[in-house]
Amino acid sequence: MTRVQLERVVAERWAGGVTCRRDEARSVTELTCAPAQLAELCGALSGEWGYVFAGLVVEEGEDAWELRYAFLDGRPSGWAHVLLRRPLDERNVPSVAAVVHAADWHEREAEDLFGLTFEGHPALGDFVLHDDAWQEGVEPMRHAFPADTPMAERRPNREWRPRRIVHAPGSFVMPIGPVFAGMAESVHLHLETVGEDVIRAFPRLFYKYRGVEKIAEGRKVDEALLLAERFSATTAFAHGLAFAHAVETVCATDVPPRARILRVFIAELERLRHHAEAIAGICSSTGLAVAASQAGIIEEDLLRASGALAQHRYLFGLAVPGGLARDLDDDACSTALGRARDAVHDLDRLWGMLRLTSSFVDRLEEVGLISETDARSHGLVGPIARASGIARDLRLAQPYDAYGSLAVFPALEHEGDGYARLRVLFTECYHALRLMEQAHAALEPGPVHTAPEMRAGAAFGAVEAPRGAAFHWVRLDGAGTVLRYRVVPPSFVNWHGFHLAVEDFAFQDLPIILATLDLSVAENDR
Amino acid sequence: MSKWVVRGLRTGIRSTAYPDAPELAEGVSPGRPLPGAYPRDVVASLAARCPTGALIDRGDRLDVDVGRCVHCYRCARDDYPVGWSRDYEWATLADTRGGALRSAFGGSLHVLVVDAGDCGACLHEVEHLNNPYYNMHRLGFFLTPTPRHADVLVVVGPVSDQMRVPLLKTYEAMPQPKRVVAVGACALSGSVFGPSFVSGAGVGDVLPVDVEVPGQPPPPLAVLHGLLVAVGRASPAELTAAGTPAAVSATQPADGVPAGARRAGGSSSR
Repeated sequence: MTRVQLERVVAERWAGGVTCRRDEARSVTELTCAPAQLAELCGALSGEWGYVFAGLVVEEGEDAWELRYAFLDGRPSGWAHVLLRRPLDERNVPSVAAVVHAADWHEREAEDLFGLTFEGHPALGDFVLHDDAWQEGVEPMRHAFPADTPMAERRPNREWRPRRIVHAPGSFVMPIGPVFAGMAESVHLHLETVGEDVIRAFPRLFYKYRGVEKIAEGRKVDEALLLAERFSATTAFAHGLAFAHAVETVCATDVPPRARILRVFIAELERLRHHAEAIAGICSSTGLAVAASQAGIIEEDLLRASGALAQHRYLFGLAVPGGLARDLDDDACSTALGRARDAVHDLDRLWGMLRLTSSFVDRLEEVGLISETDARSHGLVGPIARASGIARDLRLAQPYDAYGSLAVFPALEHEGDGYARLRVLFTECYHALRLMEQAHAALEPGPVHTAPEMRAGAAFGAVEAPRGAAFHWVRLDGAGTVLRYRVVPPSFVNWHGFHLAVEDFAFQDLPIILATLDLSVAENDR
Repeated sequence: MSKWVVRGLRTGIRSTAYPDAPELAEGVSPGRPLPGAYPRDVVASLAARCPTGALIDRGDRLDVDVGRCVHCYRCARDDYPVGWSRDYEWATLADTRGGALRSAFGGSLHVLVVDAGDCGACLHEVEHLNNPYYNMHRLGFFLTPTPRHADVLVVVGPVSDQMRVPLLKTYEAMPQPKRVVAVGACALSGSVFGPSFVSGAGVGDVLPVDVEVPGQPPPPLAVLHGLLVAVGRASPAELTAAGTPAAVSATQPADGVPAGARRAGGSSSR
């Protein structure tokens, strides 16, 4: 469907009730509606017209709330933003979670942080701000809430107890975390079990909530960039890049060709390193020590290659709005490419052995199943979605930087189990190397940075991060101060689908399922 | 399964020679800015370029508070780049505390790691101590699953509000004697995140910190140095009055060959 077609069908169905505004330059159609049409419109976009929910952005304007439900399609129509404006003293908004299930957690987050009530949502509360630590009525994302002062007066709810769903003879709750017996990120997993089977699983997240979106407000672009890069530093370059894209869109900055190519080169190096790390995690979760060591060696080789190329092992300080902070010389890129080739060669040898090791494959096959239907309804992204038969990749759907001129192949598997996810990771490693090679061959001398001229405005920046689609919404004033920053990281979306993979599998499969999902808590918690 | 054994044997030993000899491979450290003497205007401009206040303007001298450095490299770019070292022995002892654990723990140290709001990078670098390249077991350092068996608590992250209580409970569950190693700029100063309404300004606000390992993230070798310092098997990086590792490394060549491990305490038997 093109943008013109979208405008026509909307006009036909809600004659006069929904106003359309097209922005061809940014491929955005803004559909402004009233509360009564919200759920129907969002439902039609995702249910009938093939749009995928990308995120909910709540903004507190001068005199009105503005809720922006962003949907994304393939190339012809690009973005559709459903806008709902409500006066500031009106706190009740209809929930769309029943028709767009992917919006469920977005509404819970907005309820916790802004104090909006999404009418009809089944489970609000105790999400970002835990009820046993914060009293109700604290709304940190409101402009009136000071970001820099610690909360002096806390009245946590001591009576809070986790919700229990399963009431069966022999049912038992396994509370795991937030401190783990081993090195793991802080998250609490509330697993309701009967015998060995996990019947219900709730992740309790946001122990690591650092309020990145709040503390970015009022900072200059340069300082906010530090936050974008550092809130999930294992994929720092991708998030720095998404933030840069948003600023570049607002300021209509043209990124020089060399920077576009180098961005692809670096982003694919990061993807390769990240996937090697995920593979190492899967190997070690199954107790296959030699394979875990082999993958660990590959990962460290790639960290060192990144360090040699860009000084920083996690590629900090490279992505900036307008291009790259500094040029990388061609020889250093050649060396990095050589090391990436070696790493992929080693990975290939590892894969050759892994797929023939039945004790390993048996623990992944048909474990942690996520069906395509569930993956779609939860709007899952990244390698997890691609292992469940959803060929969705922003590098193809919304090509950015130099991806439009390079051959990008999406990895795709259909089984949706742990083994399919492992195969997607390996395939994407091969593809990352191919993209690095293409980018390297296309390198031409030139500048790598155009200083953006700051303008007032707001835009999404999108990047296919190693864990999946990442969206950064940035609103700037004319002086380059961030007024609103909203991140929809891939792990936030995918944690929503965590229970799909865990429920109805044996408790002892949990570490393996977690490893194959490769969810980042830091990325989710922000 | 035998093919895995063969594969493992053929790979050979990849472990670093550190701490017996310096690790010279490229890309093992993100480096750190060096203090130094510059013209006054250069000092002012370098200090102004630092977004976290890690570079301190002392007139004709630039001081560095490495605990605040977040590796944005803004001071290392443009004209008059700051001096940059590629070393990694960054751990310091907090002088107000009990010092290193005595040698009884030196050869067998049990470590518990708690993530108190980390971005993922520090935790990964700590995890890499189990990587064949760093292999902390060869030094007698082991991960323990429970605080009851832990001698050292490694904390990463600025201590987010909702991790403060779990962190405290973990610390209180550890037997005496115990030491706290704060790893990373966030754990030392809050970095770009704290202090704020949901983040502290580092672990020091919540727990008594014994060993500080700066860097964002500190490379695995720096964390290893931190553990060696915690048991008195390596000397801490020297301190200046400002509480920053001194200019000892500034005398090193630009490629930053570190001084190597300096053994201390009664652990020479290992």
